[in-house]
Amino acid sequence: MNKRKLQITNYVFLAIAFTFAILLYQTASAQSSTPPTDDQVNAVAHKLYCPVCESTPLDVCPTDACKDWREQIRSMLADGKSEQEILKYFEDQYGARVLAEPPKQGFYWLIYLLPPALILAGAFILLRSMRAWTTAKPEAPNSSAASSAPKDDYVARLEEELKKQK
Amino acid sequence: MTEETTPPKRGVSLTAQIIIWIFVAGLLALVGFGLKRAQNPMAAVGAAVPNFDLVFYKGYEYNGNAQMKLSDLRGKIVMINIWASWCKPCEQEAPELEAAWQIYKDSADVVFIGVDYVDTPAGANEYLKKFGITFPNAPDLKSNISSILNRQMGVPETYFIDRAGILRNVKIGPFASPDEIQSIIQSIQ
Amino acid sequence: MAAEFGYGVLAVSFLVAIYSVIAAVYGATNHSAAWVESARRSMLLMFPLISIAAAALIYLLVNDHYEVAFVYEVTSRSMPTYLKVTAWWGGQAGSLVFWSWLLAAFASAVTIRKWDRDIEFLPWVIVVCSTTLVFFLGLVIFYENPFVRYWNVLGNIEPHMFAPAGAALFTAQDGRGLNPLLRHPGMIIHPPMLYLGFVSFVIPYAFAMAALITGRTDDRWIRLTRRWSLWAWLFLSCGLVLGGRWAYDVLGWGGYWGWDPVEIAAFMPWLTGTAFLHSVMIQEKRGLLKQWNMILVILTYDLVIFGTFLTRSGVLSSVHAFANSPIGPLFMAFVTATFVISIALVIWRWPQLRSETEMKSMLSREALFLLNNLLFISILVVCFWGVIFPLVSELFTGQKVTVGPPFYERATAPLFSALLFLMAVAPLSAWGHSTLQTLGRAIWKSAAAAALVTVALFFFYTRSVGALLGFFLIALALFVTFQEFWRGARARQKIQGENFFVALSRLMGRNRRRYGGYIIHISMALMAIGILGMEAFQVSTQGTLSQGQSLQIAEYKIVFDNVASWDNTPQEVNYTRATVKIYKDNQYVGDLHPRKDMYFSGQPMTIPGLRSTLRDDLYVLLVDWQPISADGATFKIFVNPLVNWLWIGSLLFLVGIVFAAWPDRDPAEEPSRATRRVTQHGAAD
Repeated sequence: MNKRKLQITNYVFLAIAFTFAILLYQTASAQSSTPPTDDQVNAVAHKLYCPVCESTPLDVCPTDACKDWREQIRSMLADGKSEQEILKYFEDQYGARVLAEPPKQGFYWLIYLLPPALILAGAFILLRSMRAWTTAKPEAPNSSAASSAPKDDYVARLEEELKKQK
Repeated sequence: MTEETTPPKRGVSLTAQIIIWIFVAGLLALVGFGLKRAQNPMAAVGAAVPNFDLVFYKGYEYNGNAQMKLSDLRGKIVMINIWASWCKPCEQEAPELEAAWQIYKDSADVVFIGVDYVDTPAGANEYLKKFGITFPNAPDLKSNISSILNRQMGVPETYFIDRAGILRNVKIGPFASPDEIQSIIQSIQ
Repeated sequence: MAAEFGYGVLAVSFLVAIYSVIAAVYGATNHSAAWVESARRSMLLMFPLISIAAAALIYLLVNDHYEVAFVYEVTSRSMPTYLKVTAWWGGQAGSLVFWSWLLAAFASAVTIRKWDRDIEFLPWVIVVCSTTLVFFLGLVIFYENPFVRYWNVLGNIEPHMFAPAGAALFTAQDGRGLNPLLRHPGMIIHPPMLYLGFVSFVIPYAFAMAALITGRTDDRWIRLTRRWSLWAWLFLSCGLVLGGRWAYDVLGWGGYWGWDPVEIAAFMPWLTGTAFLHSVMIQEKRGLLKQWNMILVILTYDLVIFGTFLTRSGVLSSVHAFANSPIGPLFMAFVTATFVISIALVIWRWPQLRSETEMKSMLSREALFLLNNLLFISILVVCFWGVIFPLVSELFTGQKVTVGPPFYERATAPLFSALLFLMAVAPLSAWGHSTLQTLGRAIWKSAAAAALVTVALFFFYTRSVGALLGFFLIALALFVTFQEFWRGARARQKIQGENFFVALSRLMGRNRRRYGGYIIHISMALMAIGILGMEAFQVSTQGTLSQGQSLQIAEYKIVFDNVASWDNTPQEVNYTRATVKIYKDNQYVGDLHPRKDMYFSGQPMTIPGLRSTLRDDLYVLLVDWQPISADGATFKIFVNPLVNWLWIGSLLFLVGIVFAAWPDRDPAEEPSRATRRVTQHGAAD
């Protein structure tokens, strides 16, 4: 049992060492591995906002500063960083405002939860008051007009309208 | 959509009124707060500067400390220069800043600290090397420092804090000469 | 000279405005017709006065009077004359004068009409309009004065209105010039349209206030202002559409709407205004919802003021926002006063605003209209919360956050879809009551046709479930609306024996509001096609090409030909223009020229190369290039499917509003609701 576990850890260690070696080799041999494409960089940058010029997504921001940030993303991608790690790095460096929307954590949940809550409350109030209106007074002043067959609605409407013109 | 079924000619209930007014007051207070923040920086000249953390760039530590608080520098005159590697006017004043630092670097009384406003580590490193900067430098993590010191978020801006931690002088835009920096520091002495 | 003159006239109009407020209040409370008349005349004096001041400002702008600070900020010698004129609203101070001028024009137009039946409203309408004018003119005179000039005071250049002792006038050689982003035709008309929309909502609000104050809370104020609100809605919509087009053409990020706080600030009053235009019909037809309509009109105006405040005071900074300015606290006070007074008045008059009749069916048209209102208000809630959340977050966590498109798109997509569905169902429902049966009978043909279209799209266009659902709703709304035109014209044809087209045009002509509304519904569905296309199918790619290399995206191939850079010194700009050859399915279809303009001031501008068809837009941006060898360049390419339908829909939309709002006869002569109620089923609008 114990021995086997040890073996597994050995394998794991070997595997890690091996990947590490490959990674080292890749970075050492610089351009030989395929560098991240612009599209990969932009896919990440699209989820970020330019930290300097407000209201501009990072993937389309034309300033020199943003070019640097896109290069930053590129080099992080080349280092094998995941999108999540890059976003986290940007948040730690420049604050939550560089994210295209607040992270779903802690206080920021408020922004996601309040509108649906309010909308549901509004729907509930509307439903309740409509039910109250419709049941409270079945006898309305113009029920006779309303109960006429709606089939001939169109003809009736138009006739009425034509009468008005004369 | 808030109409009720109960008998006509009834006014708005007291609870509803209270809720409405609390909501309006809350909204106005919120916006008022935002306006106040937008118009006055947290640190005003003549007032104490709120404390903040500094995590220095490697090779630009303060006396070997990788990390410290502003309050640790109480008793010294602190000049905080906010810059960024993508900022052209910053490049203008970088040699002036370094020249002024050469005057003070051996005095235990005056500290220069560069604060790098939203920048990439690579860009910052290149910039610091290019201008041979030797005084301590730290990134402005989460823009925390610049949001305490200024709201305009322009670079460069320089803040002079006296020995008691009071903000004494603010320079917007680049310095023209080391003398300008010196004369401000002398005026604080 | 013109500067002192302009400032003097503004000061006089400020005093006149104050006088008209006082005279109107005094006249109303003491039932003195003479005082009210005096207030009315001074109100009418405002427009010519502000026009003269504006003329002075334009004179200074056009004639390069760079001693005037405002002229120096927004114009330069190289600008053509028409741009110098439009620079009037290119800066804070000038745009406030522009606001006041428009407001005075609207207020005059409304006070000049015959008032006989509604004379008790008059003083209070004047009070609201004049108070707003006092506020804006006050901002101009005391804080944001466009006539301030530069003076050389002992070697220092300082801005002052009047000469300080021992100072000489200082005139710069040339001005700084208008921000190049604002020189686009869309940006020249966009702000005035937006301001027109904002300002014209003051009028319905003024009538609503007058109705509340006088206690005459019947339908009269609504009848008097509903056409105003249509025009206001037209201008606001126009402003929004032009803003979108401007962003698409000039901002170079491949889209037309970025959910930026400034855009949303203009969108919010549009939402409540749209809700009002629907629910006002319920009040006219059924006497329901008087309280709710009052709230909507007030909310619309308050959102206009609130949005203007948010975007101008620097509370939320954003690309378009004017720099931090001292008007913040004053604006804050005005917003507070507007909110508090409006809400207090509504609460005071609440009992009088009760409905006259009751609702009868959950499926009646009025019930569906209420649902429509709920949806518009829900979108408003999302927008409002998204806009102010950064403030909330800063207050409670100390961190400012960005609320960007992902949030709004996710939150509003189901709401907009539900609106599309309502748009399809509501026209088929009857006032008073409908049943599921009658609705089903009315809708099945359209639904079947829409289903056919959806199946066809499934086989030939897309397999995305969300997009197909969207297309189904759009098709349903379109078919139902066409069917309404068809049925109406056919019925009339049968009765009158007219030819179909004569019948159709007469039908529409007799019922402008109803059929204008349907045109707007069609245009909304067309716009939805464009929006759906962008949201569901937009693709983009980016790559660096050397000469002759190509990039493939969708069925397009882009081959880089050349790039050239040159200076245009008089215009103070450096142009970099690339040429790319476009192949569609390997067929050469033409060249595009994406451009990057770098103004000497440091302001970059990215002009896309655009190939536009009904099927899709190919949108090519020049991102970067090698300045020395000029043989390599980076392009970002978007394929924006169906986006042209958005612009087509927008044009039709404007046609629809104009059709609905076009004055045909004096509204006072129209039968009142009381007499009309008898013929309820007949009056079909």
